Amino acid sequence: MNVKELARTCGFSAAAGNASLQRPVTSVYCCDLLSFAMGRAPEDSAWITVMGNINSVAVASLADVACIVLSDGVQPDEAMLTKAQQQDIAVLLSDRPAFETGLAIHEAIRA
Amino acid sequence: MTLNFVVPGDDFTRAGEASGAVKQKMKQLGFPSDVIRKVSIALYEGEINMVIHAGGGQVDVEISQDAIDLVLTDHGPGIADIEQAMQDGFSTAPDHVRDLGFGAGMGLPNMKKYSDEFHLESEVGVGTTVRMRIYNH
Ligand SMILES: Nc1ncnc2c1ncn2[C@@H]1O[C@H](COP(=O)(O)OP(=O)(O)OP(=O)(O)O)[C@@H](O)[C@H]1O
Ligand SMILES: [Mg+2]
Repeated sequence: MNVKELARTCGFSAAAGNASLQRPVTSVYCCDLLSFAMGRAPEDSAWITVMGNINSVAVASLADVACIVLSDGVQPDEAMLTKAQQQDIAVLLSDRPAFETGLAIHEAIRA
Repeated sequence: MTLNFVVPGDDFTRAGEASGAVKQKMKQLGFPSDVIRKVSIALYEGEINMVIHAGGGQVDVEISQDAIDLVLTDHGPGIADIEQAMQDGFSTAPDHVRDLGFGAGMGLPNMKKYSDEFHLESEVGVGTTVRMRIYNH
């Protein structure tokens, strides 16, 4: 399943991403501490966080995750969106809390 | 190939420029993705530490076929107790930085974990130098 299909299946909206929306998603990872995420988020995972700032984009890019999913209705700030668009990092938005967001992704990629 | 970067202090919008540029260059040169990932993570953590804890610094990167050498130099406050700083979870990051998601105290442990050779030298009041080597297998 790719990022775009994941967004559609789970009812997330896409705030950023072009070619990155076609990337495959193979797992899901959740953490708000950036050094944790950086060291532990698997490649090609959907990374759930409430950190809607520019540093999340840097971490997503370096850890090579498939997409960032901002949970709990968090909105990305302007700088984050600009950077995500520049670096083509997909950013999805979920109104649901982190756990439920992760569960929905887990079910979608297992289906 | 040598690449040099100046890391500005307290500017989170620019932190990650060096690691981003090195990642890009290594991709062009055809390095394997796991080697690129190790270099990128080790370097980004180092950059961020210089931004948060040292008021900026300098990054020197030497890329060769066999290995990538990273040297991060700053003239910040230095680290009094290196053993303590290297422990998982130890952090002196201020609240405004924690609000951005930093301060897990995992940066130095990540740098050590993702590099094949890791040396940290620091003197209080003088500054800190981190040297890392990552082999291209
Ligand atoms: N370049 C540096 N100059 C001065 N002190 C440093 C430097 N790098 C690290 N330190 C000290 O070592 C501590 C641990 O660093 P580490 O990178 O592991 O964690 P952190 O930066 O606090 O949080 P995280 O990296 O998880 O966001 C820091 O909190 C700081 O006290
Ligand atoms: Mg750190």
